[in-house]
Amino acid sequence: MEFAELIKTATVESVLLSGAGLPPVRGTLCITSHHLLLSSRPGGDGAPGTVELWLLIRNVDAVEKRVQNLGWYQPPRTNSSQRDTRLAGSSGTITLRCKDLKVLQLEIPGMEECLNVASSIEALSSVDSVMMMYPFFYRPQDLRLEAGWHLFPLEQYYQQIATQTSQWRLSGVNRDFAACPTYPPAVIVPAAVDDEALRKAARFRQGGRFPVLSYYHQKNGTVMLRSSQPLTGPNRKRCREDELLLGTVLDEGERGFIIDTRSAQAAKQARMTGGGTEPKSSYPRWKRLHRPLERGRPLQESFIKLVDACNDTSLTMDRWLSRLESCRWLSHVKAALSTACLAAQCLDREEACVLVHGAEGTDTTLLVTALAQLILDPGCRTLAGFQGLLEREWIEQAGHPFHLRCARSAYSHARLKQEAPLFLLFLDCVWQLGRQFPFSLEFGERLLLTLFDNAYASSYGTFLGNNEKERCLCKVKESTHSLWAWLNQPEEKRKYLNPLYSRNALVIWPSVEPQSIQLWQGLFFRWIRSSKYLDEAWAEIQRLVENDDTSVEESAGNRRSQSLSDTAAQTENER
Amino acid sequence: MEHIRTTKVEQVKLLDRFSTSNKSLTGTLYLTATHLLFIESSQRETWILHHHIAAVEKLPLTTSGCPLVIQCKNFRIVHFVVPRERDCHDIYNSLLQLSRTAQYDELYAFSYNPKQNSSEQVKGWQLIDLAEEYKRMGVPNANWQLSDANRDYKICETYPKELYVPRTASKPIIVGSSKFRSKGRFPVLSYYHKDKEAAICRCSQPLSGFSARCLEDEHMLQAISKANPSNRFMYVMDTRPKLNAMANRAAGKGYENEDNYSNIRFQFVGIENIHVMRSSLQKLLEVSGTKGLSVNDFLSGLENSGWLRHIKAVLDAAVFLVKAIAVESASVLVHCSDGWDRTSQVCSLGALLLDSYYRTIKGFMVLIEKDWISFGHKFSDRCCQLDGDPKEISPVFTQFLESVWNLTEQFPQGFEYNEAFLLQIHEHVHSCQFGNFLGNCQKEREELKFKEKTYSLWPFLLQEQKKYQNPLYNPDFSPELTLLEPNTVSFNFKFWRNMYHQFDRSMHPRQSVLDLIMNMSEQNKQMEKDIKELEAKIKRKNSQSDAVLVKEPLQSAPPAPMALKTSPCFKKEQPLMPVNDSVRTIEGSNTADNRYSEFMEEFSKAEPAVVSLEYGMARMTC
Repeated sequence: MEFAELIKTATVESVLLSGAGLPPVRGTLCITSHHLLLSSRPGGDGAPGTVELWLLIRNVDAVEKRVQNLGWYQPPRTNSSQRDTRLAGSSGTITLRCKDLKVLQLEIPGMEECLNVASSIEALSSVDSVMMMYPFFYRPQDLRLEAGWHLFPLEQYYQQIATQTSQWRLSGVNRDFAACPTYPPAVIVPAAVDDEALRKAARFRQGGRFPVLSYYHQKNGTVMLRSSQPLTGPNRKRCREDELLLGTVLDEGERGFIIDTRSAQAAKQARMTGGGTEPKSSYPRWKRLHRPLERGRPLQESFIKLVDACNDTSLTMDRWLSRLESCRWLSHVKAALSTACLAAQCLDREEACVLVHGAEGTDTTLLVTALAQLILDPGCRTLAGFQGLLEREWIEQAGHPFHLRCARSAYSHARLKQEAPLFLLFLDCVWQLGRQFPFSLEFGERLLLTLFDNAYASSYGTFLGNNEKERCLCKVKESTHSLWAWLNQPEEKRKYLNPLYSRNALVIWPSVEPQSIQLWQGLFFRWIRSSKYLDEAWAEIQRLVENDDTSVEESAGNRRSQSLSDTAAQTENER
Repeated sequence: MEHIRTTKVEQVKLLDRFSTSNKSLTGTLYLTATHLLFIESSQRETWILHHHIAAVEKLPLTTSGCPLVIQCKNFRIVHFVVPRERDCHDIYNSLLQLSRTAQYDELYAFSYNPKQNSSEQVKGWQLIDLAEEYKRMGVPNANWQLSDANRDYKICETYPKELYVPRTASKPIIVGSSKFRSKGRFPVLSYYHKDKEAAICRCSQPLSGFSARCLEDEHMLQAISKANPSNRFMYVMDTRPKLNAMANRAAGKGYENEDNYSNIRFQFVGIENIHVMRSSLQKLLEVSGTKGLSVNDFLSGLENSGWLRHIKAVLDAAVFLVKAIAVESASVLVHCSDGWDRTSQVCSLGALLLDSYYRTIKGFMVLIEKDWISFGHKFSDRCCQLDGDPKEISPVFTQFLESVWNLTEQFPQGFEYNEAFLLQIHEHVHSCQFGNFLGNCQKEREELKFKEKTYSLWPFLLQEQKKYQNPLYNPDFSPELTLLEPNTVSFNFKFWRNMYHQFDRSMHPRQSVLDLIMNMSEQNKQMEKDIKELEAKIKRKNSQSDAVLVKEPLQSAPPAPMALKTSPCFKKEQPLMPVNDSVRTIEGSNTADNRYSEFMEEFSKAEPAVVSLEYGMARMTC
């Protein structure tokens, strides 16, 4: 396929671009294989153009066109040039609704051009082949292709655990993706279970996702595992190896918790289609807890409804609140945070091991395991630690199907396939944690917004594909740049840091009362309301803190961290 | 005191308000003449002023004792369990008596002694001078003058003595107009915008009925519009819903007929009355006080209460008023029914949006003194200071504070004061500890000699103004008379958690950015001060020693905090102001503080197997 075939009109002159919060600009629109460009020429035709728009076409979620045939309409003759008169016959408006929730409008003179532009954008934005995506073509000068791809090897994570205990081993059972197509080649499993048993256990779990270690809680040596549902089916099949695997996790006399992210009812029903849950009789030492979390289509619809409500600024208070309620987004946020807290509490307070799974084990499961780690482990709350967490619990090690889940955002009219904003829900929960503990995360809101944008449309290969196997096939690591390499450049990195950060070794238990859960305005209203005053205030905070840091660094800075650990010890003692 | 039978009860439990289990703190309850005091075994104290108590309720006896629920006007709710029923009954009865005061002189303000001498007391009351404030606005001037018509409160009992009216409004016009207005509250100046030469005026509804007219009143309005050389048209804003205003016509009251008044544009803005607001707040508190509330129940409860809709209506009205003045340079006359509730809200918010002075700490005090206290907002009735008609209670002033809070959220750098200031004012409106908010109008306050017998709140707030300063405030953000243009789209209005859950600590962010920044700027200020002192010291030392050496050490004395680390003497002589680390600590890092610690208990109950984990597998059935 050639991109050129999809582009019916490559350039159009005198296009008027407008979007919420921006003054409209007129310029030349240009369509390339991956981008939509608009450049204005303020100094007349001879002057070099200023680029006003540089939009990744992959970012376009929906294209709406409206054409008018204005044959009868005489444009007012002001200082219009000849060209304007020629085009006076017809015009069209294209509304581009983007995956990052931005809405742009292009007024294009000439009906035909308008239709051509619209269909070109539509065709280019729905190219679905991973290999045709922009990251495979993007070659920034100051980045090396290999940089950022191997920052967080699982081996390194395993080494940390190995210094504490010998109960776990790194297994290469999935070296060729044979045991589980969505797992990476290396996984951490109980040392007592051999690869053959793992292969058998994999056959007993949906998609081969046998229980693997997700998190080792250094404080007390408990672990969090994740998997997919067991394939018990209607006949209550059992698998000795699976039972053995989970059995060896627990020491003599210990009990563990299985957090199933489906309702008891749904888990039971899953048996009819070959799935199911761990029955008590076969897993006597594991206690099952059901905490239903929404996923799939209902979650996507919740997202669509919320964005719809946010975009309607004419709503009365009652209508707004009722639409905020009926979209249920904040309920999902609360449920995700509560379940993560439950998992964290089992590990930290009950000192019990936890297995988390839903059905496939690639969606709500990851939501819970990733959030629980952020709550428990200060290491995950640094900028680098958070990137590592994302690689371990969403991307490389966990196989969240980004390509399917983030194919479309909230505006698309296309029939939904497997889209669901689980990653966005995760980012929202992280934002809530950041609101409640403003000094405990090393990164700020800006990083979360960037991650959201890049998960849906990116110049980088990090979120491409659905799992490691697909990324290997497409040679993503060899042929695209890593988002982390770009983010971690010193100048870039600065923008994502939280100036108020001060390392906090404690567990951060958030409040999950409805009064404490807020709508993430920075994301959902990013393009709708002006955040000028809020941004200025934030810049002022930054200035104050930096000022303070340079002046008091030596004396107070030390003292600050010191007494924080003092209070930490104190709180520990109070228990 | 005669109402107190039991002064001390031991082994009282304080229950967590939102706990689904029976988690509690044990301590001792003390009853004093002014406060109810609970001291936990960990020595943490909870003080509750009797005047803050809105309701006391005795719940049916339980196995652990007799539950006593106390609801406060500052939205604190405490739930005690008293071991013996008799003690509980005694305390219940005492509190009922103590929280209902029959006379002003029994209020706390009359026994409160802040150790000020009488000249300090007088000075305190003089801190806010309204004549000075009108001068600041630019009146009296060629078009506006001070009228002494109400010198003895003869024309209007609920207005202050000093009133500003158009120069062309003669005494007969004033008197005539006042007879045509409910409670005699004729149109007077509330705020004068000197750049636009336009005025905000306020009054009560006209006694127009279905057809009555009053020439003097018509002249009065004409005088107001003539006093504005920039625009001859004036707006008359009736802040009530049209239906309510029409219903009032049947009672001989009503609203202005545009045909009878020349050059007016009449506008309803639809803010509901005090009864609707009272029940709205009631509903809001019911929702926010529910245990185990789901997000959906919270949002639908918030919607059904209508509370945010009312806040939006108040702010929308203020925005309408401000547009008339700022865009059209038109004067606006605002009224509702009696002109002391909605009118006060809209006039004061309008002035706050127009004039940046009211966004300073001192200016906000002036604004409250002017539009609320002096113009006779019935604080005593609305806040139920004395045992009175419960139908007169209404959170009108709370709504004003909440509207201001909403603005501070939208303009984080626009206000000199922070949220704590608003909360503290709210606290004292109900505490009856200071004389400012006592009574219903100035006449009453004068007759009861409040200024001699009680203290003014403002000097105390000014004294501790560090606590109330917004560290992000940027005076350059809004030079004099800078207009604030808030966006009143629905999603900008949020539930004010820090007001309605001020005392429910586990609900708030565990780390406060504001506190941290306040500490930092405080520290910086302190260091700058230290540097100045040091410089002075060095200067003194040097002048004592060899004059030739003066120059050099002076140069080494750092001019800015940036250079502090190079000044070794600094650390020795002047210990750094201690960094207040409490702001960095994390209050809820203990799950005991957190309510989802009850997840465990919750599933323990539902699924008893967890509880019996240690006792073997016998009960591991579900």
